[in-house]
Amino acid sequence: MADPMRIRAQAAGDKATVRVLMSHEMESGQRKDASGKLVPAWHISDVTASLNGKPVFSCEWGPAVSKNPFLQFNVKGAKAGDKVSVTWKDNKGDTRTDEATVS
Amino acid sequence: MPIKKLSFTAIAVGVMALSGAALAQEKTSIQAIEEYREMLQDGNPAELFEAKGEELWKKPRGPKNASLEKCDLGKGPGVVKGAFVELPRYFKDTGKVQDLESRLVTCMSTLQGIDPKEVINGQWGRGERANTTALATWIGAQSKGMAFNLPQSNPQERTMYEVGKRLFFQRGGAHDFACASCHGEEGKRIRLQDLPLLTKAPGDGVGFAAWPAYRVSNGQMWSMQHRLNDCYRQQRFPEPDFASDVTVALGVYLGVNAKGNKSAVPTIKR
Repeated sequence: MADPMRIRAQAAGDKATVRVLMSHEMESGQRKDASGKLVPAWHISDVTASLNGKPVFSCEWGPAVSKNPFLQFNVKGAKAGDKVSVTWKDNKGDTRTDEATVS
Repeated sequence: MPIKKLSFTAIAVGVMALSGAALAQEKTSIQAIEEYREMLQDGNPAELFEAKGEELWKKPRGPKNASLEKCDLGKGPGVVKGAFVELPRYFKDTGKVQDLESRLVTCMSTLQGIDPKEVINGQWGRGERANTTALATWIGAQSKGMAFNLPQSNPQERTMYEVGKRLFFQRGGAHDFACASCHGEEGKRIRLQDLPLLTKAPGDGVGFAAWPAYRVSNGQMWSMQHRLNDCYRQQRFPEPDFASDVTVALGVYLGVNAKGNKSAVPTIKR
C-alpha cells in the first residue's frame, strides 16, 4: 500500500494553486543493484486531478521524474471549499488517491 | 614625485576593482544556490517522513502492541513540543545522556518491546532504523522555530560536552582529519556546500539546527545520527555505532554550542 500524498490547494483570485507531494520510489530502470542486476523500472505513469469530481488535469510521467516527486499546477475557477482530488497510477498497477479542500 | 604616486594609485584601484568583481561573482553563485534551496523548500519531501513519523508515534506497534505516546523525551511522558531543542540530555531512568534517536530506541524497547538491536545493527533507510529516522523527523518538526537550549545542570551532561569537544578536535584516520578540519574555521566548503563553523553558535537553521534533513540528490531522509556517521566515514574513520556514546557526546557539544539558534528542522539539502 502506497503512502499518502500531501496536497495543499490555495485559492487566489479566480484560480487555485495546487501543490502535491507524492511518496514514490520512482526507480528509473537504468540502475543496477549491488550484484550487477538491473533494478526494474518502477515509477508513476499517470497522474490525474479533479475538482469536485470533474477532471481538470492529467499527465503521463516517465522514469525521468525524481523520487518523491513534487507537482504544482493552477486550476481556474476553483474557490475555497472546493474539493481537489489527485490520483497517481504506477507501472506496476499500484494506485493512490488523496483529496484536499481548497483554502 | 607626483607621477609615480599617480601610477601607484591607478594600480591600487585596479586591484580593488578585480577583487570586487570576484566577490560579486561568488555572491551571485551563493545566491543562486540559495534560490534553488528556497524553491525546493516549498514541497520538501521531508513532509512525507513527518507524516510517517507521526503515525509511528501514535500507532500501537511491536510485541507489546503499544504506541509511543507515553515516551518521555525529557519534558515528561508524551510531551513532544520543545523536546527536540533540549536534546541530548541526561535521563534518570537509563542513567545516561541520550540524544533523540537513542532515546527513541529506549522508548521503542521499553514501551513497545522492539529489540534495540533491530535499530542499532540495522541499515540506514531500512526497517526499524528508518522508522527511528521518521520519528525523529516528526518530533524535530514539532519544535520548528524554537531556540536550542540544552540543559547542562547534570554533571554527566557536562562530562559529555567535554568528551564531545575533545572528539571534535581529535585527529586521526588515513587523512589525519578531525571534525575541526572542516568545521573549525569560517568560510570553508565542500564543493558547493558551505560548511558551518561548529565551535560556536553557527546561526538559525544551520548545523545542529538543520538535521534531520531531506537529501535531494539521493532522495533519503538523514537524521543527526546519519549525518555524524557519514562525517566520520568521509574522514576515513571507523564508522561509529548507531547511538553510541561518541555520537551522543558530539551531539551534546554541537547542541550546547548552538544555544539560542532556532531549529529549522526538517530542512532540505542538495
